[in-house]
Amino acid sequence: MAVTVKTFTNASEAAGALSSDRSARYLGGGTLVMRALNEGDVSISTIVRAQDQALTRIDASGPRITLGAGVTFARVLAERDLAFLHAPARSIGGPAVRNMGTVGGNLFAPNPYGDFTVALLALDATIAVQGGFGSRDIPIEEFLQGRERQAGTLVLSVSCTRPASSEAFRYRKIARIKPKGGSVITLAAHLPVSGGRIAGARIALGSMAPTQIRARAAERALEGRSLDAATIAAAASAATEGTSPSDNALGSAWYRREIVGVHLRRLLSGQE
Amino acid sequence: MTKTPLQFRHNGRDVAIFVDGGTNLLVALRELIGDMTPKFGCGQGGCGTCSVLVDGELHLSCLTLAETVAGRSVETLDGMKQGPNLHPLQRAFADSFAAQCGYCTPGMLMAAKALLDRNPSPSRADVIEAISGNICRCTGYEPIINAILAAAGGRASA
Ligand SMILES: Cc1cc2nc3c(=O)[nH]c(=O)nc-3n(C[C@H](O)[C@H](O)[C@H](O)COP(=O)(O)OP(=O)(O)OC[C@H]3O[C@@H](n4cnc5c(N)ncnc54)[C@H](O)[C@@H]3O)c2cc1C
Ligand code: FES
Ligand code: FES
Repeated sequence: MAVTVKTFTNASEAAGALSSDRSARYLGGGTLVMRALNEGDVSISTIVRAQDQALTRIDASGPRITLGAGVTFARVLAERDLAFLHAPARSIGGPAVRNMGTVGGNLFAPNPYGDFTVALLALDATIAVQGGFGSRDIPIEEFLQGRERQAGTLVLSVSCTRPASSEAFRYRKIARIKPKGGSVITLAAHLPVSGGRIAGARIALGSMAPTQIRARAAERALEGRSLDAATIAAAASAATEGTSPSDNALGSAWYRREIVGVHLRRLLSGQE
Repeated sequence: MTKTPLQFRHNGRDVAIFVDGGTNLLVALRELIGDMTPKFGCGQGGCGTCSVLVDGELHLSCLTLAETVAGRSVETLDGMKQGPNLHPLQRAFADSFAAQCGYCTPGMLMAAKALLDRNPSPSRADVIEAISGNICRCTGYEPIINAILAAAGGRASA
């Protein structure tokens, strides 16, 4: 079925077109939108595009980095200053999907996708969105909790603070097919250390609930402690608290619950 | 439904077509331009046989909205051979029995070209990564990987 394609040169016009039409869908890299169109998804009658350079900008020089929503994973991988995001970017798709798929689209990708977003959640990212009434910043956790309601808003960019060291930020995606495959579960941990103790631990999980979630009980087990074996064991045994995984072709809910603690322990103890 | 005019470079030649809204690049290439080298396998991004290069980058034409290539350069397998001569990758695929039914071959060759254009002497691991979005259901991957390494003149280094 043919749809109407509306192309704008500036993001706020595109945001206006999105917010005024319920059946409009924004086109990022298109890896999910075009798939829906190819499958004959009749809920989409308008495609909105924006060719605004602000959406493809990368600002990675300072302590706080910003990625335009239209930045692709291939571009993240080409940026040496974004080394801490290379593991999550590399874990997505094959090369063509990384050349096409965007950071902004990943925020909306349903399970088993959304791997990059798991990393952003552990990094306490901020999402800049533009609705019909101007732009605002939303903490990523709030954004994800209200993701269903975000339809009609345009994501402009994501930003986060660069982790203090490569040790302080860790990422792990469990897939059955290598090097490319959908996630069984995905984990990311941000472990800032102050005076030898973890201060502000963030553990984010993918495929353990309808959207990416924080493992708050595991975070509490880490907070204020040093990363020793007892602390890691306590965090790992708390990993399933608050999760609600489902069954899919890649794994059952039971299996996900069984392995999440094992992989969190490995991630925290720096094991391969 | 109104049609949208679309111009781009197709294997070094300027082309102009009219597309319906929502048309993907695979349909545009096959049905409107008559280039049958990119294949339809799944229409979902899963198989890679529709792979083409957009401004030198590997893209899945089935997931590319045709209008997004306006003014850009699209390369397909049809543009790979050099006059009457096969491209070294095509030669290597033939010599190494890297195509059985051949349905995955257009995508495999484009993925391999995208790799060799950037990295003329890839490792075996680089080759595996480069074709990881392409599925072959009959030849098996070993002959394909070996053909790409042979074309690169590279030695297997795991
Ligand atoms: C073969 C294949 C393998 C894949 N493998 C993985 C994988 O391993 N890991 C993974 O995480 N994902 C994977 N994906 C899913 C997908 O490619 C990625 O999640 C990608 O990041 C989606 O981005 P996009 O720009 O292509 O999204 P699009 O298809 O353009 O958009 C997806 C959704 O997000 C909305 N959207 C996009 N950008 C914006 C914006 N700026 N503002 C508001 N809404 C927006 C769209 O309207 C749409 O609803 C895979 C997809 C395919 C086809
Ligand atoms: S037809 Fe495009 S990936 Fe299968
Ligand atoms: S040669 Fe038949 S699918 Fe690869």
